[in-house]
Amino acid sequence: MPVATAHQTIGPYWHLLEDASWADLTRFGAEGERIVVGGRITDGAGAPVGDACVEIWQSDPPASDVFTGFGRAATDADGMFAFTTLKPGAVRGRGNAVQAPHLAVAIFARGLLRHLATRLYFAGEPLNESDPLLSSIGDERRGTLIARPEGPGVWHLDIRLQGAAETVFLDV
Amino acid sequence: MDDKPFRPNVTGTQAPYDSPSYRSTGLRHPTQPLAPLPHTITETTGPRFSQSRFPATIDISVVGGRAAVGERIIVEGRVLDEDGRPVPHTMIELWQANAAGRYAHPSDRHDAPLDGNFRGTGRAFTDADGKYRFVTIKPGAYPWGNHFNAWRPNHIHYSLFGPGFATRLITQMYFPGDPLLPLDPIFNCVPDAGARERLIGVFDIGIAKPDWALGYRFDIVLRGRGATPVQAADEHGEH
Repeated sequence: MPVATAHQTIGPYWHLLEDASWADLTRFGAEGERIVVGGRITDGAGAPVGDACVEIWQSDPPASDVFTGFGRAATDADGMFAFTTLKPGAVRGRGNAVQAPHLAVAIFARGLLRHLATRLYFAGEPLNESDPLLSSIGDERRGTLIARPEGPGVWHLDIRLQGAAETVFLDV
Repeated sequence: MDDKPFRPNVTGTQAPYDSPSYRSTGLRHPTQPLAPLPHTITETTGPRFSQSRFPATIDISVVGGRAAVGERIIVEGRVLDEDGRPVPHTMIELWQANAAGRYAHPSDRHDAPLDGNFRGTGRAFTDADGKYRFVTIKPGAYPWGNHFNAWRPNHIHYSLFGPGFATRLITQMYFPGDPLLPLDPIFNCVPDAGARERLIGVFDIGIAKPDWALGYRFDIVLRGRGATPVQAADEHGEH
């Protein structure tokens, strides 16, 4: 049987692929509760990761002709990235479980031989309390997956690749 | 919609995040174990790209009718899953250095010439049989700062999506016989020799086009769904 191909790093020159419009998941005319979701990526020394490619995928609202469900953004010199998208709703989980609204996040960069997977949840969502993934993570680190509001419809999540407040990365 | 989870990667076939020979992993690898995430709809589904909005560019050896400098090559292959089934209609993105080993990117300061007729990015979609094809220029090797006299072997970057976000794959295709391969930390961070070997394209005279271009085959395998078939294969004496 064939075996899945090995990942290799995206390297420093992936920007050749970059298209800034991909950071707006609503660019084809999607309507709904529009939000800006951003963050900042830092390394084990607290330095900004300025050459990362960040991708998000959300299964809700369902992707359509006007809503891609998928976005890609570059971090800037300060490690910052931002997407414009529609606020996800709750989605079903395994069995009878319900998952709190979330985005899947993939981080690609020089120095990452394969991407890092994590999730972004939204502070204040009642379903966060019973979300299967959040519930599986200890109190100390759960907050690394939960974005905080910075203003109406604007959310921010710090992502730390390494160190004291290291983000929870997922074995997907 | 197929909700079956994707299989875990086979042990040893993926590079560890913490790979000291590749220096940039030092401050960027997680130190905590990854948290297990049983696959849900978020992982089993993934983006779809329509060719009308994301047009294919499969011949990147020519810009505005003018040919890039270098050795023209055809790279073709199939995208399969771990059951050997084709992955149809999935988008492949490609990027690479020019024949002189220089990326058409401002942050590449390597003292090698740019080529106005080579941008180095392509996009293709697999057909119903999982087949894809690019026409490009064989990329050059280039120096990098990992260690003294470090040079990357010739390589083409590949980005694939597959059926779910859990099948997302970014990898690199290398070239057979490249003397830099045994010296390259990025390639050699993959522990399994067979897995490394599969990152090397296969020279194929059957793909070469007479009087025009040489040819290489590069097949890519994305994660399969469901339980690993190892047990079933063993029962039938297949390996």
